[in-house]
Amino acid sequence: MTPRPKFAAAARPALADTALRRALADTAADARARRAAAVAELPDWPALRAAGRAVKDRTLLNLDACLERLERAVVDAGGTVHWAENAAQAARTVVRLAAAAGAGEVAAPAASVLEEIGLDGALTAAGIAVHRTGADAEFPAGARVAVTGVDLMVAETGTMVALERAGDVRRCLTVPDALITVAGLEQVVPDRADLEVLLQSVSRSAGERLAPVVSAWTGVVAGDGPAAFHLVLVDNGRTRALADEVGRAALRCVGCDACLHVCPVYERTGPEPYGAPHAGPIGAIRTPQLRGVASAANASLPFASTLCGACADVCPVEIDIPEVLVRLRGKVVDARRGRPVPTPELAMMRAAAWTLTDPHRYEAALRGGTRWARLLARGGRIRRLPGRLGVWTDARDLPVPPARSFRVWWRDRGERP
Amino acid sequence: MRVALFVACFNDALFPGTGRAVVRLLERLGHEVAFPSAQTCCGQMHWTTGYHAEAAGLARGFAAAFAGHDAIVTPSASCAATVRRDHARILRAAGERDVPPAPPVHELTEFLVDVLGVTDVGASFPHRVAYHPTCHSARALGAGDRPLRLLRAVRGLELAEIPAADECCGFGGTFALKNADVSVALVADKVRHIRSAAPDVVCAVDNSCLAHIGGALSRQRSGVRVLHLAEILAGDGA
Repeated sequence: MTPRPKFAAAARPALADTALRRALADTAADARARRAAAVAELPDWPALRAAGRAVKDRTLLNLDACLERLERAVVDAGGTVHWAENAAQAARTVVRLAAAAGAGEVAAPAASVLEEIGLDGALTAAGIAVHRTGADAEFPAGARVAVTGVDLMVAETGTMVALERAGDVRRCLTVPDALITVAGLEQVVPDRADLEVLLQSVSRSAGERLAPVVSAWTGVVAGDGPAAFHLVLVDNGRTRALADEVGRAALRCVGCDACLHVCPVYERTGPEPYGAPHAGPIGAIRTPQLRGVASAANASLPFASTLCGACADVCPVEIDIPEVLVRLRGKVVDARRGRPVPTPELAMMRAAAWTLTDPHRYEAALRGGTRWARLLARGGRIRRLPGRLGVWTDARDLPVPPARSFRVWWRDRGERP
Repeated sequence: MRVALFVACFNDALFPGTGRAVVRLLERLGHEVAFPSAQTCCGQMHWTTGYHAEAAGLARGFAAAFAGHDAIVTPSASCAATVRRDHARILRAAGERDVPPAPPVHELTEFLVDVLGVTDVGASFPHRVAYHPTCHSARALGAGDRPLRLLRAVRGLELAEIPAADECCGFGGTFALKNADVSVALVADKVRHIRSAAPDVVCAVDNSCLAHIGGALSRQRSGVRVLHLAEILAGDGA
C-alpha cells in the first residue's frame, strides 16, 4: 500500500474538480446559514457554549472515575463493557462479538469511530458482510446483529444517545440478537442533566432546533430489542491527548461538524485530503493526536490551516482549534529536530531567529535582502522568486522593497537639521 | 502622549510607507512618536510554523526592546495579536514560570478609537475604497467596526462593500508556501469578490494579507491597488 500523500498533494485533485468545488461551496453556505439561523434564535448562545465547555472539561478532569461509573451503570442495566487500547483491538473485539452471536452479516451505519477502528476491513476479513445502512441503502432484513457509533454516553444511567438526521442508528436498535456500540472514551458525560446543554448546542450547531431523530438506549430490556448489548470503549491515543494540557481541548469535541462548514480550506478541498476518519479543522487536530505525527501525511495535517480562527468562533464547546494546531506544529517540528541532518526549513528558521534576535544582524540582513530583492524586480514588481519561494510567484506578484527601510528613514529624519 | 511605534519587520522592509504614515498621523494628532531601535520581530512566523524555542527568544527580545513604554502602537493586527495573546503562551511553552504580562501593544485602529477617542482624524482620500477585515483584526483582536468608523470619517472617501468579506484571503504565513495551491484557490475567490465591488483601493490593517491579495490583483493587472489603512488616514488631501 502506498502511503497517503501529504495534505498539499492530496488537495490538488479536489482543487481541480469544478463540480466538487461548487458542491462544497453550496453545502458550506447552506450549513452556515442554517447554523446561523438556529443559533440566532437563542438569547444565550455564548452562555450555552461556555456551559458545554464546562460539562466536557468537568468530564475530562475526572475521566477515569466517570468511565468506571459508566461501566457500572451499563453492567447494572444488563450490558457488557469492553475496553480497547487501540483501533486494532477494538476492531478485533467487535468481530469476536459479532462472530459469537453467529452473525454472517451486520448492519453498521456510518460513524467516524467505526471508520477510525477500520471495522469494515476487519469484519470482511472475518467473512462477515457489512451493510452500510444509510439514505441510499435499505436496512438488511436478515441482520440480527448491528454495530453503531454514538454521540453521547451518560455515566449516571449507562444510557447511549444518538443524534441523527435520517435515523440509521435508530433502525439498529431493534435487531434481535446483539447490539454493539463503539465509542471514544471522551464521548461520556457525567449526568443526565448534562444532556440538557449538549443536546441543544450540538443540534443548534448542526442547524437544527433539535436533531430530527434522537435515540437513547440503555442496556438490555427483557423481551424488547436486542438480547445482548455490548459497549466497546476505545482509547486509541485519547489518554495520550488528555495528558497534553493544550491538546486535550480537542477531546471536548462533540462531533457537530460546525467547524468544517466555516473552514475556508475545507470548503476548497473537501474531506479526502484529510484522510479518515476526521476531516476539516477538527480532523487536522484529531488525526495527528490519535495516530501520531510519524507519517508525513499526518504530520502535514496541523499545517493545513491558515489559522483564520473561524472554527474557534463557532465551536459549541469553545475549542481553540488554531491554538491546538500551533501546538501540534511544534510537536511536528520537535520530532524532526533530532535528525542528523537538519531539514532545510529548520536551518532557515534557526538562521532567521539568530538574525532577528540582534538588531544589528537584523539591519544588515534587511539591507542585503532588500538589495537582492530589488535585483529581481521587473516592471515595478517581482514576478518570479527562486527556489522554494517560487510557489508564491507562481500565481502572485510580490511588491519590490523600497531602497530605504523604515528604520533608515527614521534615522535620516532624526538627523535633519 | 508619547507613543512607541512597533513597525513590524515585514513593514520595515517591504512597506516603510505604512510606518511613515503612522508617524505622520500620530504627529498630526499632536502626539510624540518614539521608535525603540532595538525592535526586530515579534516571532509570529516562528511560533505559527512550529519553531517554538526560537519564538521564545524573539518574545524575550521584544519585551526588552519595549521595556518602559506604556503605549505601544503597531500597524499590524497579527503582530499585535502575537504579542498580546501569544507571547505568554510562547514563554510558558518554553518552560518559563511567572510569565510577566505582555507589553501593552495596540493595533493602530484600536489605539485611535479606544485610547485616543478619535474617529475623524482629519483625512481626505477621494477614492472608492473597500475594507478587508483580516482574520487577526476581526477575530483575534475583535476590531469590530473601528476601522470602518475611521474610514467613514475620511473626506471624499466612498466605501465599497466586499461580498463574503470575513473570509480568509488564504495567506496564513508559511501556509501560503506549504499549501500554495489551496492558498491561491482562496485568494482567487477573494479577488473575485473584491473585483465585483469595483473599488479603486482595497485597504486593511495587515500588510501581510494585503501583499497576498495585492500580489494576486497585480498578477491579474486588475488596476485595483492595495493600501494600508494608515496610509489613507495619513492622507490630508495635500
